[in-house]
Amino acid sequence: MNQSEPTECKAPQEPDWKAIRMEFPALHQQVNDSPLVYFDHAATAQKPRKVIDAMTRYYELDNANVHRGVHHLSQRATRAYEEARMKTVRFIGAENPSEVIFTSGTTASINLVAQSWGSAHLKAGDEVLVTGLEHHANLVPWQMICTRTGAHLKIVPVNDLGEVSTESVAQMLHSKTRIFAFSWISNALGTINPAHEWVRLAHEKGITTLIDAAQVVAHHPIDVHGLGVDFLCFSAHKMMGPTGVGVLYGKKSILETLEPMVGGGDMIDEVTYEKSTWAELPYRLEAGTPNIAGVIGLSAAIDFLESIGWSYIERRESELLQYALLKLGSIPQIRFIGQPNNRAGVISFVVDGVHPYDLGTLLDEQGIALRTGHHCAQPLMRHFGISGTCRVSLALYNTFEEIDQLEKALIRALRLMGKVQAQ
Amino acid sequence: MSNLPSTMKSIQDQLAADFEYLDDWEERYAYLMDLGKDVQGLPLEEKTTDNLIKGCQSRVWLTTRCENNRMWMSADSEAFIAKGIIALLIKVFNGQTPADILNETFDLPDRIGLTAHLSPGRANGLAGMLARIRHDASLALATPNNN
Repeated sequence: MNQSEPTECKAPQEPDWKAIRMEFPALHQQVNDSPLVYFDHAATAQKPRKVIDAMTRYYELDNANVHRGVHHLSQRATRAYEEARMKTVRFIGAENPSEVIFTSGTTASINLVAQSWGSAHLKAGDEVLVTGLEHHANLVPWQMICTRTGAHLKIVPVNDLGEVSTESVAQMLHSKTRIFAFSWISNALGTINPAHEWVRLAHEKGITTLIDAAQVVAHHPIDVHGLGVDFLCFSAHKMMGPTGVGVLYGKKSILETLEPMVGGGDMIDEVTYEKSTWAELPYRLEAGTPNIAGVIGLSAAIDFLESIGWSYIERRESELLQYALLKLGSIPQIRFIGQPNNRAGVISFVVDGVHPYDLGTLLDEQGIALRTGHHCAQPLMRHFGISGTCRVSLALYNTFEEIDQLEKALIRALRLMGKVQAQ
Repeated sequence: MSNLPSTMKSIQDQLAADFEYLDDWEERYAYLMDLGKDVQGLPLEEKTTDNLIKGCQSRVWLTTRCENNRMWMSADSEAFIAKGIIALLIKVFNGQTPADILNETFDLPDRIGLTAHLSPGRANGLAGMLARIRHDASLALATPNNN
């Protein structure tokens, strides 16, 4: 993404993509008698051996609860857990460990902000602004808090290219807007939004900002300091880490004002029967035993991505995307949904007269895993007048040959449904 | 009634035999989707939320009625494969008694290699359609007029 300031971690030479692909055990299997072709990265990415091994190692050797034991294993687990936090701080360009809260995922992170920040700052008549591109995870939590507080949820409209214009954003950010929460990259269409500019526009008017970066983390570097954003959320599993772990980044000064939504162990300072006081950040927002193995897996995933280098990852994925657009675009029956000028490795398409589910099923029979449906973005699908799409989403370990396979499999499926003349 | 419908077992045996002739997944799906083309479907006024089978990615609407202790279903979908599955269900279940529908084995998907479509997550909703048919059959069984 041209507007980001990469926290570059340069690899010495062009990565060996074949060798990198070999590190993902799940990619090397047959599905329905064909080699698996995995194109569902916007849903979740496969895991490299390094991540799997780190988690296994924790369970085999270090398993203990964190933060409370004096014994050796607990200290080891605590050290690994807090080192993962420090690594995450650096990975996203944050300033200190108080700003990184481990959650169960992007959804939990956004809900925490919506509930906790929203309860404190939203009142009847206020406005919460999101875009028409949002995943339900950045829509439903805001609906919920708006219903509770009497605030209004406003949606910046999407144009026919699947883009949200900065002019529209600027118009809709006004004196009643309290928070602007938007996805940096659309999971459904791949649209890359100009996050830096939008954050700046909102801050000029004193409006709090939240970025849903779920679709960014495995593909582009993140620098929260450069962005200046107030909150940023992502999940480990989309960046080749485990499921069940995510991050809420928040500026320390704002996180300090948040009341915990979940109470219990590890988040308290002192408890009496009458009342409790909270621990310092980040612990006060991490009640209960955390997903320790998951956080250690996240740490390994960061190492993995950084060992390749962002400039290589971005170039590789851009080349794969251009090739996929070319190949899919050469099939006349395929109609792209969303043609954003600035697109990440996500392509949504339909074939008129064919339900995406049929296409997905017939591709699955040929070993190709892509997504069909509304992609947790039902209002966006309604905007385009469709119930769903087929979605191809790429990752660095995909190959050009896999895109060729997809093209062939698509033509075969379309022929089966009578949409292409038999040859 | 002079022409009693075939048993669920014999219909499934016949369908399984038909599918056995087909060599690969392509032929099986082609045949399934062909069967679906003969499904009469439902008029628009019956494509209601009540008749919608929940959990299907491709929408499926299904209605049943019971006459003289025999169940009859009609269904429709916007997807070819789901329509093919509807065709199979109609062949097996239409004209059967509610008791048979509830008690007889339905293993056709297994036998013709469509087992994957049985899992609840699969969006063509075979599991949901079956649940609706069985639910309606137990309602019919509990309604004296139909017996």
